[in-house]
Amino acid sequence: MQPTPLSQPVSAFFAAPAALDPKDAIYDFIIPANRPWSGVVEKGQVLRIVDLEGCQAVDTLFYNAHDHGERYSAQDTILAQGAPYVSTGTRLISNDGNVLGVVVADSCGRHDTSAGACSCEANTVRFGQQTRFMHACRENFVIEVSKHGMTKRDIVPNINFFMNVPIEPSGKLAIVDGVSSPGDHVDVLAAMDLLCVISNCPQINNPCNGFDPSPVRVLIFDPSSA
Amino acid sequence: MSLNVLQEKAALIAQRRQRYEELKAAGQSAAPKTLPPPTKRDGAPIEPGSIRQRIAVPGGWYWAEKIARGEALRVLNVSGTPGVSLFFWNAADPSERYNSADTIKVQWTAELRKGRVLFSDMGRVLMSIVEDSCGAHDAIVGGSTPASNLRKHGDATLRSTRENMILAASKFGLGPRDVAPVLTLFAPVIHDETERMSFREGVIQPGDFVDLRAEIDLLVAVSNCPHPLAPDVEFRPGEIELIVHRAPEPGTDDLCRTATAEAARGFENTDRYLSAR
Repeated sequence: MQPTPLSQPVSAFFAAPAALDPKDAIYDFIIPANRPWSGVVEKGQVLRIVDLEGCQAVDTLFYNAHDHGERYSAQDTILAQGAPYVSTGTRLISNDGNVLGVVVADSCGRHDTSAGACSCEANTVRFGQQTRFMHACRENFVIEVSKHGMTKRDIVPNINFFMNVPIEPSGKLAIVDGVSSPGDHVDVLAAMDLLCVISNCPQINNPCNGFDPSPVRVLIFDPSSA
Repeated sequence: MSLNVLQEKAALIAQRRQRYEELKAAGQSAAPKTLPPPTKRDGAPIEPGSIRQRIAVPGGWYWAEKIARGEALRVLNVSGTPGVSLFFWNAADPSERYNSADTIKVQWTAELRKGRVLFSDMGRVLMSIVEDSCGAHDAIVGGSTPASNLRKHGDATLRSTRENMILAASKFGLGPRDVAPVLTLFAPVIHDETERMSFREGVIQPGDFVDLRAEIDLLVAVSNCPHPLAPDVEFRPGEIELIVHRAPEPGTDDLCRTATAEAARGFENTDRYLSAR
């Protein structure tokens, strides 16, 4: 399959940073278990997410930092690469067909972008009405995007870094045990200025967080200033 | 941490895991047994008196109208065109809309067919698949875009689902921000053994149809553009017919309301929402 035409060439970026040393990061933050985070990653910078303890889903959305109407599209991303899992080389495509960023490193190997984020409401359907008052990713997302002038309608199906959701040829799918080990990381090179919004997933009713949510670390590198 | 605390934590994790494994086993094994085979292509006739609207949508075009609770939308693929995309919003509060991820995650499958339901982002059932002659639909890859038309046909200006959805949303006073991943009917897309998304040829035939029953009042957008993975060399989208009709009143044993524990809980949420009106 031919790649999606790009708004700007991305090949130049692929030469990017082979080995990034955490001490060179221009930003370094630990997102506590269950909590949201957002930040701007400028074009050419690299966002690294580290699964500190392993098996921790990191629900992530990207928006064009200058036009939040342009945002991550799971379907366009899957269509562009013809395959459903996110890993090294995956170009993250927007709803306008532009490349938001490229996964340039991935020590884990497989990330989901079909199963979306948990919500209080979906939890009642999946796990029973007794889960209605348990914290969920979309609660994190609503609070975090509200800081940027957005609402629930701006929350779309996201990437679940470090979450493992095999899709069988029959269509059967389920969240199964994660494949990430403590310290695994994924690097996303920004192809435009990005607003990145994260929910460090609080779900305890399925294996996406090993039934025990844990902290993750986000770093931003600026190769041009290194 | 002390040994006691560690042991308690391990016990809690084990307890949570056991409950999940039980739900997964029930969700993945029970449901397919209870779902019926596809509707025959000449089956499920519609009582002429129950039809409110019947319209032919030319290839490449879209349709955007309100459908009331209790009505069904029959999407009749008269031409065998490879893909018809849908998106829909709660008419009373369009911030609630079809959610592709929840629909497949909650039901433990991306195989949407007769007996399955379509969820909103609010844990409620918006539509039920009450009749379906093919059971070959795609909730994962979605619809065509200017980029996919450029790639397939060398022309980004051809009509696409992405632009149709923006147009359809505008007719309800909504914008591009209100359009999220779509459902594409008549698109037999599977995640194949080579880990690629592939379109199975020869599955969709002229006369295939789907009946979608609205469970609350909905704003519905239909885009009649081929699926981006469909192997059509030329851009030749065929005509479809849309028939809005009064669906038979669901009984207590209604298939879609009872087929799975997840659907039953989704309808609990929908019914509670409706009871407040």
